[in-house]
Amino acid sequence: MTYIVEIISIFGAAFAVSFGALGPALAEGRAVAAAMDALARQPEAAGVVSRTLFVGLAMIETTAIYCLVIALLLLFANPFVAA
Amino acid sequence: MNGSPFDQDIVFQLGPVVVTDVVVTTWFIMIVMVMGSMWLTHSLNFRPDKKQAVLEMTVSIIDVQIRDTMQTPPARYRALIGSIFLFILFANWSSLLPGVDPPTATLETDAALALIVLVATMGHGIRTRGWLGYLKTFTEPTWVMIPINVFEQFTRTFSMIIRLFGNVMSGVFIISIVLSLAGLLIPIPLMALDLLTGTVQAYIFAVLSMVFIGAAIAESDSANNTTNDKPTAVKPLTSAASINTNDSSNK
Repeated sequence: MTYIVEIISIFGAAFAVSFGALGPALAEGRAVAAAMDALARQPEAAGVVSRTLFVGLAMIETTAIYCLVIALLLLFANPFVAA
Repeated sequence: MNGSPFDQDIVFQLGPVVVTDVVVTTWFIMIVMVMGSMWLTHSLNFRPDKKQAVLEMTVSIIDVQIRDTMQTPPARYRALIGSIFLFILFANWSSLLPGVDPPTATLETDAALALIVLVATMGHGIRTRGWLGYLKTFTEPTWVMIPINVFEQFTRTFSMIIRLFGNVMSGVFIISIVLSLAGLLIPIPLMALDLLTGTVQAYIFAVLSMVFIGAAIAESDSANNTTNDKPTAVKPLTSAASINTNDSSNK
């Protein structure tokens, strides 16, 4: 059991990405649905709506990216593993 | 790209200074951008030719974005925001060249860009309000919020760093994984997606810088309300739209 920290780190990385992807996925679905709704009601506002949608999606995506960065830190730059 | 996304290849060493491939790419992009700007602007005419038309279109697009987001005349902020946007765009797209890692896929480049934005935010805030006026914005709702407001300056800078780094790095990382699994044509759709992500991230970084600088200078501009005719122009449109939706729901 000398690799216990590494094993736990791999599981931690997997959990970080999987659960970190859940919330942003749901949120992005809601955002796109709302944007579709707005586009159907007001097709002439397509430019503003899609621009705001892109910015909003990237902001929501950031939380998933944080989880990815944490996972990659655990895998590649783990501070608890002696290199 | 070697194994870890957190360390870089060393190209050569100048005495004690280690020069990585990212630094070389950054300087190359800087040279290309400076030479390109000089070539585009060295013979400006009153009657524009093709390349001047493209240049004017680019500058006016950046101007419109600054005016829409910050509600101020864009001349003072055009250089900073435009350079940030174009540099990040070129840096993100440089991953298309074979063997080149985008500089924005490393923490150091992103940290430098975000620190430039942080310093510019403070500088423009101090310039428009003065030292005391700028420090007073940290006590904005009440004085109890001072630690949180100071903390926010650093967390949002950190968030900008991680956002740009994570997005660009994950794109490069995924492409290298796919490339090691399946060879020839499979990574091309992912690289196309990378182009879109790179554009959106450059845009978002520029928009966030505009929002932060705009928030730092906002109060003094709302005092003399000169350019702020936009909300009144928008208002009738939205009220008409709400009337329309009410009608359709009543039917």
